[in-house]
Amino acid sequence: MIGQACEFDYAGCQALKVLREDGFRTIVVNSNPATIMTDPGFADRTYLEPLDLEGVADVLGRERPDALLPTLGGQTALNLAIELAEEGVLDALGIELLGAPVEVIRRAEDRELFRDAVQGCGLQVPSSRIVTSLDELEGIVLPAVVRPAFTLGGHGGGFARSQGELHRQVEIGLRESPIQQVLVEQSLWGWDEFELEVIRDRRDNVVVVCSIENLDPMGVHTGDSVTVAPQLTLSDEAYQELRDAAAAVIRAVGVETGGSNIQFARHRETGEVRVIEMNPRVSRSSALASKATGYPIAKVAARLAIGYTLDEIPNDLTRTTPASFEPTLDYVVVKLPRFAFEKFPGADTTLGTQMKSVGEAMGIGRTFQEAFWKAFVSRELDRATASPWPDLENIPAGVHPWFRRELEELRVQGLRTGKRVYRRVDSVAGEVASASNYYYSTTGELDDPFQRSERPVVVILGSGPNRIGQGIEFDYCCVHAVQSFRAQGYEAVLVNCNPETVSTDYDTSDRLYFEPLTEAYVLPVLERERPVGVVTQFGGQTPLKLAGAIEAAGFKLLGTPVEAIDLAEDRERFGSVLAELGLRCPEWGIAARPEEAIELAERIGYPVLLRPSYVLGGRAMRVCYDAAQVGEAMRGIGGEVLVDRFLEGALEIDVDALCDGVSVHIGAVMEHVEEAGVHSGDSSCVLPAPSLDAETYRDVCRVVRRLGPTLGVVGLLNVQLALADGELHVLEANPRASRTVPFASKATGLNLVDAAARLAAGARLHELDLGAERRPTQVSVKAAVFPFARFPGSDPVLGPEMRSTGEVMASADDLPTAFAKAERAAGRPLPASGTVFLSVRAADKSAVVGVATRLADLGFRLVATAGTARALGAAGLEVEWVDKVSETNGDGATVVELIRSGRCNLVVNTPQGSGARRDGSLIREAALAARVPCITTLAAAGLAVAAIAHGRQELPCSLQEQLAREEAAAGEATQAEKVAEKVAEKVAEKVDGATQAA
Amino acid sequence: MSEVADCYLALEDGTVFRGEAVGAEGIAFGEAVFTTAMTGYQETVTDPSYAEQLVCFTAPMIGNYGVSASRSESAGAHAKAVLMREARGPEWTAWLAERGIVGITGIDTRSLVLRLRDAGAMRAVAVAGDLGEEEALAAVHAQPRMDGRSLVAQVSTKEQYLFSNHSGEARVTVAVVDYGCKRSILRRLAAAGARVEVYPYTTGADELAEHDAVVLSNGPGDPEPLREEVRTVEELLGRVPILGICLGHQLLGLATGHDTFKLPFGHRGANHPVLERTTGRVLVTSQNHGFAVAPTDAREATHVSLYDGTVEGFDFPELRARSAQFHPEAGPGPHDGWPILERWLDEVKCAS
Repeated sequence: MIGQACEFDYAGCQALKVLREDGFRTIVVNSNPATIMTDPGFADRTYLEPLDLEGVADVLGRERPDALLPTLGGQTALNLAIELAEEGVLDALGIELLGAPVEVIRRAEDRELFRDAVQGCGLQVPSSRIVTSLDELEGIVLPAVVRPAFTLGGHGGGFARSQGELHRQVEIGLRESPIQQVLVEQSLWGWDEFELEVIRDRRDNVVVVCSIENLDPMGVHTGDSVTVAPQLTLSDEAYQELRDAAAAVIRAVGVETGGSNIQFARHRETGEVRVIEMNPRVSRSSALASKATGYPIAKVAARLAIGYTLDEIPNDLTRTTPASFEPTLDYVVVKLPRFAFEKFPGADTTLGTQMKSVGEAMGIGRTFQEAFWKAFVSRELDRATASPWPDLENIPAGVHPWFRRELEELRVQGLRTGKRVYRRVDSVAGEVASASNYYYSTTGELDDPFQRSERPVVVILGSGPNRIGQGIEFDYCCVHAVQSFRAQGYEAVLVNCNPETVSTDYDTSDRLYFEPLTEAYVLPVLERERPVGVVTQFGGQTPLKLAGAIEAAGFKLLGTPVEAIDLAEDRERFGSVLAELGLRCPEWGIAARPEEAIELAERIGYPVLLRPSYVLGGRAMRVCYDAAQVGEAMRGIGGEVLVDRFLEGALEIDVDALCDGVSVHIGAVMEHVEEAGVHSGDSSCVLPAPSLDAETYRDVCRVVRRLGPTLGVVGLLNVQLALADGELHVLEANPRASRTVPFASKATGLNLVDAAARLAAGARLHELDLGAERRPTQVSVKAAVFPFARFPGSDPVLGPEMRSTGEVMASADDLPTAFAKAERAAGRPLPASGTVFLSVRAADKSAVVGVATRLADLGFRLVATAGTARALGAAGLEVEWVDKVSETNGDGATVVELIRSGRCNLVVNTPQGSGARRDGSLIREAALAARVPCITTLAAAGLAVAAIAHGRQELPCSLQEQLAREEAAAGEATQAEKVAEKVAEKVAEKVDGATQAA
Repeated sequence: MSEVADCYLALEDGTVFRGEAVGAEGIAFGEAVFTTAMTGYQETVTDPSYAEQLVCFTAPMIGNYGVSASRSESAGAHAKAVLMREARGPEWTAWLAERGIVGITGIDTRSLVLRLRDAGAMRAVAVAGDLGEEEALAAVHAQPRMDGRSLVAQVSTKEQYLFSNHSGEARVTVAVVDYGCKRSILRRLAAAGARVEVYPYTTGADELAEHDAVVLSNGPGDPEPLREEVRTVEELLGRVPILGICLGHQLLGLATGHDTFKLPFGHRGANHPVLERTTGRVLVTSQNHGFAVAPTDAREATHVSLYDGTVEGFDFPELRARSAQFHPEAGPGPHDGWPILERWLDEVKCAS
């Protein structure tokens, strides 16, 4: 989710560690399976339940905890705490709220209450007023920002310098806001923005952990800003003024214990200060501050919540001094946001108060320029990707002249070069001796040496900044790899540059290098560490891209060798492997020019899937149905393309497996809800695969069993297959950890990463004692979470290009219940009754009848546009007609108005293969804005209907109990069944072998 | 900047750190120390307590926000050299040059800090000119050590004067004994409603006791040789409310039978935690001292350093004497100590 990523996993993990150390029984509720905190070993009880009132209340009712700690789970957790308190759940169950009482959360979140608190301590907030008509504009301070209430991504808002502009903007805003309400706020555009991370304990001790300065001025969300720590442009008196203000605000709001982030705007010339906002909880900025200073805010906050005071908590890095101090830095830290605008064509790329970045990279250097450069190269921007801060020539307007000069100097002179040496992050600038294991590199200095132990060293490369297609799942894998290697007796060393992660917690590994994941920075770490091996298969594409250079530099890769990676990734070579094994894949070819591509497409047969040959992860993929579309797509791409036959309506299967180079252990066979053509990362995914009969299941396993050793995989292998017309096709094989590994591990109870790490270290599968391959009895569903609401203008439809930024998991005894729960967890709860609007493409017209019939049987009122309505009417269904936007003549209400006015509870809208996407896109956007669940494939619609019809109320069950049940079930499975399966497989393999030999 | 023949820092143990000259040309002898404060470079260099010292900033970029007359803690500059990883901006380096302060940039400051932390503050020389390393080191060894050194005479005011920037009506008059006083002390006292009169360090007890209260200021060097000054404090005890700050705190300690000693490398920075024993609260304080009052369990030791247990504050209610080893006036550093000054002055007001 944008604005809330793995930084809260980091916070949660830290908190769990210290709470358990203190003898507390801990219960975690989180629907995100790709988190470390939801690992069965991290808490006493783990609930992968929807984070809504119902879900959490059920867990609380079942577990009856003494206290609830909501300040470590971001805004979601804080909002839930308020809801639980308001609904009386906490009182009824006698649960104490730790960290921040309800009234404190309200005082920080409610605009009016916050203003009163701030003004009460002699400080100012920007003036603002809620306006519901044009008569209320008297006395508004200009320039002003107009923000309509409840519009998507702040749509309809604007900036007003004059009375005329104000009048015009408010008029637009009132029209756009569904409740005819706008907020008019004093504009602080161009003021400098600072953040202070403050901690307070129950004795009223307050320390400022870190100051953060935003390079992008006020008006750009701090999550989208380039930020630097510590602040670099304020004099002591100016900085102390902010420090005093921060302490006054945390006291006035009344945060009793824990951390808060307080944001200030400061006028560069006059020095005037405004308090912008406060988060009475651990935040993205506090994760950054923790990584920037080495001061573990979440850990300390958790200890404070249970009654410790700051002076009773030791400084983690020095161990001899207390946490009641303020870290001092002898280096500079710069954070750069990572954007993904290329995934949302049509979206507004202007940065504003809504956060739009999907990840961040942090650089640590001895100087600002060094730190900036590291963060800059850590972003791993795709070729031809538009991004703010694209290069050093285009520095945004409003950047403080000091930074502008520094960046200019960096551009002209570059950084000084020399041997990379490593310095410690110790939180005290060297004043107190520290054996910190947290390092960054610089040049031209001495090295802070470390004590080498007896144990052999393994270096694990992380996954870099979060981006679409490479998110927290890979950090989960890296952290598990570290844990596994440490358990195997290695010193596990980690390299990564993403401040939001658990992997960059210095507690995770034996040594942490906060460095860019590029050849120039990774190889010197290897030279210093002299590892017995380097592990590249857990961090997604980022480390995989470095595998060649690492091997070429003379270091050993543990697990899958470069040759195997190349064999899987090179289309030509992979094609030969498949041919050799007699495995089918969709017909394909490579074309350089439009006419070649069209010719190829005609030969393969439409529809075809087109994508540039240089990118992976679905970037710029297009499904084309005719020559015209191929031509158009080619114009957009330029350069070589891969043309694949597109298997329409195929069932997509995802397999995660382990391979030791000889044999294969199938970890999980998952089925996608949406058909092939929707990116696997965006599709909902079910385990065990419900549509596979025993024979197909065996076929799938057999394909994977043969691919693994042939490719030479040692470790994890992910294979994606499509089942079309009864035939299995191999779509791709990834010789590395996949996105589904955390989900599969949690659903099956088999720690895939640990097993893979052991294989990489040289173990054989039979030595691992993994037991039989498991097909869980519980049904688990993984659903994707999308950021469409932040990108108005971009069509929120699923396609071959991945666009989700997160995922949730839900398990139940049956698929409908699990699916309903997963949708709830993803923030799209399915309605039980009401009105459903249907509008499907021509090809789906007959299939939609089934879905509509069942909805009608469930009591839903059906509404449809002409084409779909005709199809439903013809099938004898009662259906109301509604105009498309393009059809309206002005009198009848259009579908968009229907949705906007809240008279529609569910939207089923499958996009046209081509042509008039405009109507569909408007419908989907309206649904998004009105928070109406919108389903864009018939497969998902079918499952949704089943979920509405058959989803049951089920008491929450913890992961620990669930896995124990799976364990028992696996034991009970009759031996005979297994033997039969094995025999059948063996026979099949023999037949295969014989056919091949022949 | 003219081309300087040679530019380096040499410690008495022979360690040499090379850099580039950005301040005045010359050769500066002194004690090499470091401060961990991230802001307030100008305040630091103008603080008389840094007399005869070569100051290394652990903050890597110094000079970012220029200079301003209002930030100086005294009329002159007292640190003899400034050692930086990266000096920024011509305003700052020109300011150094004008004041005759040797400035070296490009120093591996973290290595220097680790050396000083492990081996202790050392005699050293900062060279921005023509002087070979061997010669420089020989000269360093001929320099006096900081322990046993009295430096108050060279920084104290020669004449008594009235510090006036207070607009409101002052109800009490405070005599500040200037051992090397920072302006921030005077400013805070005035802001809290005092008429502030500053006296040379030689002023006798009788003259000082005529005021409503006496502040013993901060200052450079070792408190131990300041026998006369300690005697003056002894004579003042019980006659008039006293507040000692930094060196003033150490003098109060010596006058009440406590011991002072040289810290290995001092406390210099803006982040030092001090426990207020009476309330259990922790103050984040601004510190700058190379000597300290030895740890004690005595009741009067109301404040202790959470770093090394040295005494950070005294309160002798029956003697009406109080003190802080840290800098409650801040400048640079956090304002956590302001209430100590304010409360003290309020009590003086009530009493008089």
